[in-house]
Amino acid sequence: MHRRTLMTATATVAVTIFALTACSGGGGNTSDALTSTGDITIWYSNNEQEVAWGKAMVEAWNADHPDEQIKGQEIPAGKSSEEVIGAAITAGTAPCLVFNTAPSAVGQFQKQGGLVDLTTFDDGASYIEERSGEAADQYSSPEGGYFQMPWKSNPVMIFYNKDMFAAAGLDPENPALSTYDDFLATSRTLVQSGAAPFAIHPAPTSEFFQAQFDFMPLYAAETGGTGLVEDGEATFADEEGVDVATFWKTIYDEGLAGKEQIQGDAFASGQSAMAIVGPWAVAVYGEDVNWGAVPVPTQDGTPAEETYTFSDAKNVGLYSACENQATAWEVLKFATSEEQDGQLLELTGQMPMRSDLPETFADYFEANPAYTTFGDQAGRTIEVPAGPNTVEMLQDFRDAYTKAVISGDGDLEDALNDAAEKVNALASEG
Amino acid sequence: MSSDTLGRSPGVRSPRRTSGKASGKLPVRQRVFGKHPLGALFSAPYLIFVLLVFAYPLIFAGYISVHDYFFSAPGAVVDRPFTGIENYVTALTDPRVLRSFLNVGIFLIINVPLTVVLSLVLATALNKVVRFRAFLRVSYYIPYVTASVAVVGVWLFLFNGNGLVSTLLGPLAPDPAWLINPYWAMPTIALFVTWKQLGFYILLYLAALQNVPNELYESASTDGAGAVRSFFSVTIPGVRSATVLVLLLATVTGANLFTEPYLLTGGGGPNGASASPVLIMYQQGIQQGKPGYAAAIGVVLVIFVLVIALLQYRYAGGRDDK
Repeated sequence: MHRRTLMTATATVAVTIFALTACSGGGGNTSDALTSTGDITIWYSNNEQEVAWGKAMVEAWNADHPDEQIKGQEIPAGKSSEEVIGAAITAGTAPCLVFNTAPSAVGQFQKQGGLVDLTTFDDGASYIEERSGEAADQYSSPEGGYFQMPWKSNPVMIFYNKDMFAAAGLDPENPALSTYDDFLATSRTLVQSGAAPFAIHPAPTSEFFQAQFDFMPLYAAETGGTGLVEDGEATFADEEGVDVATFWKTIYDEGLAGKEQIQGDAFASGQSAMAIVGPWAVAVYGEDVNWGAVPVPTQDGTPAEETYTFSDAKNVGLYSACENQATAWEVLKFATSEEQDGQLLELTGQMPMRSDLPETFADYFEANPAYTTFGDQAGRTIEVPAGPNTVEMLQDFRDAYTKAVISGDGDLEDALNDAAEKVNALASEG
Repeated sequence: MSSDTLGRSPGVRSPRRTSGKASGKLPVRQRVFGKHPLGALFSAPYLIFVLLVFAYPLIFAGYISVHDYFFSAPGAVVDRPFTGIENYVTALTDPRVLRSFLNVGIFLIINVPLTVVLSLVLATALNKVVRFRAFLRVSYYIPYVTASVAVVGVWLFLFNGNGLVSTLLGPLAPDPAWLINPYWAMPTIALFVTWKQLGFYILLYLAALQNVPNELYESASTDGAGAVRSFFSVTIPGVRSATVLVLLLATVTGANLFTEPYLLTGGGGPNGASASPVLIMYQQGIQQGKPGYAAAIGVVLVIFVLVIALLQYRYAGGRDDK
């Protein structure tokens, strides 16, 4: 009897597995979908300013396209947008467009078969390259396709609190922050004077993406625009990488930055006198903080107009589950048109990834001088490594960084070399 | 011997068996659905639930753990080659994975005994409290039903460098502070989880204490036993089965630790000192798109938990015949 029960149970499990596996067939990634038109669904980010832009864009499109309506909604809540999108791809429920696709996840989504190569549309490559110029290169796949539309960036810079600088006896209009030595001296003054508990407070936590807001911007600036991985090889274990890591290690060793995570925003709450963030922060800090912004520091002080940084870009993906991909492509072009980019800039303060940004929106930058620096900086940004292993590469790097730089444990050069070895192995897989 | 056993003894045939089946075999309907088909019908929903929610994922996890597996879009043509035990070898030689198992071992060593002792002592005390009983029980239960995300902020406030605990301890507080200290991060998390889940285990013990006959306490008292002696000689043996349950539940829950290190120590820091196996599984399987590798860690974790649970069951007296 026991044997029979076991056999029955095994058979049931086998049938169930077969049935569930069979459920995963189908999908909308067919050649028919590429030319099909009709209603589509899009997801946009859930911050207040982007929701406002998203709704306005959808309304504008729907007014002129009664047969191709957009249903727009905020991206569903989850631990991160990338995980929500990844799950939707697997389930076959991804929308046609997501206006919040992180470049670090694109390689993985591509490997999953979740994204449409935009160059399959006749004007796909030309439209992207015409709009974004040379910056488009770093968003193409290793095979030469575009599985993401470069959309907007938030070039990372140093925000500083002018009131705290003044309280520390520093010049709030011309802060000495361009070289490592200046930055360190200014930081020491800020902390020792009691003007701020910490000079700066990048998140000291171990998530893979945190490297984008401490090491990567400074490494890009120090090297004149080198990414963490170039031509399939890790770059960061070089002299410049060691300089950048040593700079941050000094900051942590001297207690100029906190090693503990802070609930909320350290800069907004007055825990730190500086922050390393993009222009999205302007709308967030608003009138609450008397802020100024300067490029990230380098060893010898690079002129602002030559300084590179991390892009903190968010792009748009067209997902293979979409049944009306022709409409989705037209909507994508509409949403990244000059008019809509202007709206995006106006409502969110984030930088559309256009090669001619300062000239195209000269009026805006004239009326909002605070954004001029970001607009100029947007032309000199670097991106995360490409490929399906981006997240793992960044995690390996972050683990080494957390240990050697933030905790100050072990030899710094050895840590970077070890991380580079792991990243090289991953790059060779991708 | 029970009467049931007697009725099934060799050579004694039941009337139903002799009524039409010379071969002695049960009818097909009975062989499939048992003597009482209605029972099969009633248990079917649960059986289906177990198959779908437990058996299928477990078998599927075993399958993907021996493949270079990744989740793909429906209809996408992808290659997921068989890799044998490669994922297991990689997992068992990965210092991060090994460290995470060590971490969860440290966690269990602190959390499980503390949970058993505190919940039993507090339940015994609460059982004797006359005034404010409901208030006190609810007070202990509130942390359990409150989302970890909500209470983590309070613990960060308590245990950060300038927090209340460090301020009270003064020079005795560790440097660096609790949650960024490689030696104190895991014990602090274990304390947090113990505190948070205590209410649930107290309830289990409170229920068990209702089944301890009052006469035993009266007899013990008559024999001159004080409160402490009664606790050790009557209460502890009286709630033995509840203790085994608490041990098992605390172990299984502890082995699945994820939310607390993720939120309290920002992704398993410092230097992976608070990373748990489930946290590594999340990183590998969800964030880094390597569910095959994550599944291998998961299978190892299941074996790890089973071994511990088996040992606890064996040596903590889970069997009734002891």
